[in-house]
Amino acid sequence: MSETVSKDSTLRALGVALAVAFVCALLVSVVAVGLRPIHKANIEAERIAQLELVLAALSDIGRAQTIESLEARLVNLETGAFDESTDPATFDADRAASKPTTSVAIPAELDLAGLKRRALLAQVYLVRGGGNAIELIILPVSGRGYQSTLRAWLVLDGDARTVRALKFYQHGETPGVGARIEEPAWEAQWRDLPAYDDDGVLRIGVRSHGGGYSDDAQYQVDGISGATRTAQGVDGMLRFWLGDFGFASFLQRLREERL
Amino acid sequence: MQESKWRILSRPLVDDNPLTLQILGICSALAVTTSLDTALLMSFVVVCVLALGSGSVSLIRNHLPHSVRIIVQITIIASLVIVVDQVLQAYAFELSKRLSVFVGLIITNCIVLGRAEGYAMHNGFVASVLDGIGNGLGYSLILIVVGTIREFFGKGSLLNVQILIPTSQGGAFEPLHLMLLPPSAFFIIGGIIWFIRRKRPQQVEKPEFTLRQLQEESK
Repeated sequence: MSETVSKDSTLRALGVALAVAFVCALLVSVVAVGLRPIHKANIEAERIAQLELVLAALSDIGRAQTIESLEARLVNLETGAFDESTDPATFDADRAASKPTTSVAIPAELDLAGLKRRALLAQVYLVRGGGNAIELIILPVSGRGYQSTLRAWLVLDGDARTVRALKFYQHGETPGVGARIEEPAWEAQWRDLPAYDDDGVLRIGVRSHGGGYSDDAQYQVDGISGATRTAQGVDGMLRFWLGDFGFASFLQRLREERL
Repeated sequence: MQESKWRILSRPLVDDNPLTLQILGICSALAVTTSLDTALLMSFVVVCVLALGSGSVSLIRNHLPHSVRIIVQITIIASLVIVVDQVLQAYAFELSKRLSVFVGLIITNCIVLGRAEGYAMHNGFVASVLDGIGNGLGYSLILIVVGTIREFFGKGSLLNVQILIPTSQGGAFEPLHLMLLPPSAFFIIGGIIWFIRRKRPQQVEKPEFTLRQLQEESK
């Protein structure tokens, strides 16, 4: 009987709980860290696969595009010029965004995407058509959603004004609610959506909170019921990346070159 | 009254099936059985978690203070599920995306905690592991049967191999879309329960209440 008493003492309970917690934490950590390279490779493959899906869906390009046939370029986000000093193939965007020497802090009032820092350079893909004119501009965009970081491809028309597609390749939003951002019906809304008005003011966004009909209606898509925060995340993400601290100067340069 | 090892393993298959007799783990059974491949993967994962969970709980059962036993069991189960989920995301990325939250929700699957608390706390390591595997297989058996029926009649395929050609592609088979919706799993599981209880009447529960009119008539 004395054994049962000692077994149920508070100290014993605390000791067993801590020991179990420690062993379990160790196990989970070792597995998570050990498998991280494979997870990263899977996500990278998913990233490429989603981009190829987008390109296949934009059938009016007239020919099948593979990732190899795209023109990968690095863009200096501040000047909007192409950066030739780094090889696009070796550029790691996540790494660049986290290192102080290759990234810049985003001023809080401009940080619509909740990213805190962004890399100085960004990798973009260009699809060129006849006469070497740019047909599609493919930009990587990311931002805070409801409970995860949303990562997507934003495909713009060669005019650098019209959205052709928005395809998410990584997120951890609630299945059945926020995760509907990757459903075809929702994605279809982004097809041929003007991002700017005639004066060149950025108007793109996601409607949420009812809102009703507004002047911005033609530049906006419907939000998702029950996923207000996710919709706001997508909205902020696009406004940030198409805004002054994102790709604005690069897109401006493309528009001028086109004229 | 020591049960034989074979009996520990086979009893939960039909005689004491966690799904059809104890009616546990229904939620995930509805969600992952739209096709056979997800049902198989889910079965495999649940067998692993049950075997390892029951085994680990059994190993430390004599050192486990009564007051914190449930939280310790849940901690062990949760860790195992996270580990399995990570492994799936690494080696079965596409399938794990389709299982989405349901791998994580194994933590709350009543079968796992039920076997840890109800069996592994009072039995040796080998018996507990066998009991875990047996219950996992019992769950798997129902999942596989339901998954097979739903995929075959819902899509005309098995393991994504098209067997019947649907009318949309010029064949004679009209897919039963109901089979792809959760209620169909309820109907199928209900049918299986009825069938088993018909064959094994001892599983039929005594009604807790009877209508008065019936009682009077029977007098």
